[in-house]
Amino acid sequence: MNFTLKIWRQKDAKSKGAFETYKVENISADTSFLEMLDILNNNLVHEGKEPVAFDHDCREGICGMCSLHIDGQAHGPSQGATTCQIYMRKFEDGATITIEPWRSAAFPVIKDLVVNRSAYDQILQAGGFISVRTNSVPDANAIPIPKADADESMDAAACIGCGACAATCKNGSAMLFVAARVSSLAKLPQGRVEAARRAKAMVAKMDELGFGNCTNTGACQAECPKSISIAHIARLNREFLSAKLED
Amino acid sequence: MSCFLTKSSLGKKLVMSITGAFLVLFILFHMSMNLTAILSPDGYNAICRFLGANWYALAGTAVLALGVLVHFLYALMLTVDNYRARGKQRYAVTVTEPGVSWASKNMLVIGFIVLAGLLLHLFNFWAKMQLIEVLGGHASVVGGHTIAATDGAALIAYTFSKWYYVILYLLWFAALWFHLTHGVWSMFQTVGWANDTWYPRLKCIANVVATLVFLGFAAVVVVYFIKSCCPCCCGA
Repeated sequence: MNFTLKIWRQKDAKSKGAFETYKVENISADTSFLEMLDILNNNLVHEGKEPVAFDHDCREGICGMCSLHIDGQAHGPSQGATTCQIYMRKFEDGATITIEPWRSAAFPVIKDLVVNRSAYDQILQAGGFISVRTNSVPDANAIPIPKADADESMDAAACIGCGACAATCKNGSAMLFVAARVSSLAKLPQGRVEAARRAKAMVAKMDELGFGNCTNTGACQAECPKSISIAHIARLNREFLSAKLED
Repeated sequence: MSCFLTKSSLGKKLVMSITGAFLVLFILFHMSMNLTAILSPDGYNAICRFLGANWYALAGTAVLALGVLVHFLYALMLTVDNYRARGKQRYAVTVTEPGVSWASKNMLVIGFIVLAGLLLHLFNFWAKMQLIEVLGGHASVVGGHTIAATDGAALIAYTFSKWYYVILYLLWFAALWFHLTHGVWSMFQTVGWANDTWYPRLKCIANVVATLVFLGFAAVVVVYFIKSCCPCCCGA
């Protein structure tokens, strides 16, 4: 398969970026999207040109490192999949593919397609944890947890913190990420102890870092590679508002 | 608390949700009241006399105006925040994500159309009814006719005999329909009263409310326009 790639190139955070067009040829339909970029970079290196910088790590859809806004969609055209799980058979032979970095004020571009997502780490540090003694491992079944609660918690915990939610949201809102973290802990007895403080602290940090306000479009859940539901945003709203009303 | 309602993103959304709920309830009341004008113009005028410039109607109008103002100002505040959060560099290519309604992405623009319609409505009706009474008058001259401030039915009959007002009002109701299809279910989400089981139900309720509001308001406009075109067949 042959493709024309329109890729955002930007030397560093301060430079002005622009799209550059490249051609890749004889790509197997079973090549992953990131492997296709590897082939492009290999060609560029052979031509003595600067390769395209992009984030990647596990290439198994669980680390949350890959990003990319491909043809107008976070993580490309597949639903419930990360960029590393996209294969070139999803595209038409001869297609022009536009590749952009996440666009959000809270995710500044570092270089080419790489953005700084440390804002998510800061939100997590504000409250996305439980305080427990770190000595011997407690018995896993010591605290009974209803199956439905455990399932819901696990659905929220599937969040890999990739940033697709804020990148997709027209408001640059990080609510789905924050909601997934708050919800996954709020549904478990171990997390309930600090639930009120956590919701308030994480929302405050999210606001402080300049993320936008949720307007309930649902675009985040449509583009989330882990298909996390906005029902978790409703739970975050409940947790936050009840915590504030108790103040 | 006040700080949370003006500074926190979720606090600001809560204000939008509560003022929105209040305005939806008012719209449902107004629509029901308007339907009386179809069934009985005299009955409608009795309601107009009951409301008029009495203290309770003035207090209600003030609270309503405050509701509209707060809803509008908070919408602007939230939009400015969101515009900043999106960053200066925009995507070159965008798509509409599956399951995302057009209305949900254009609430501010639709809101401006609703507001423009509201201003026209205030000019057409409120200024010639309650405002006249507040200023000590009892009637106004509209299109060469003297219409009493409590004769709402005559004002409706005059306004919707004009085809351009019929079109403008129907466009206004259509904008309101779009606004409500997203706004009604969205206010439940914002206060946290929603989950995956209830999303289809809430969205259905939102569509039903929006459609009822549209049909209720549009019925008065269309019926009075038909009456003006064909007075003999409608008993006018």
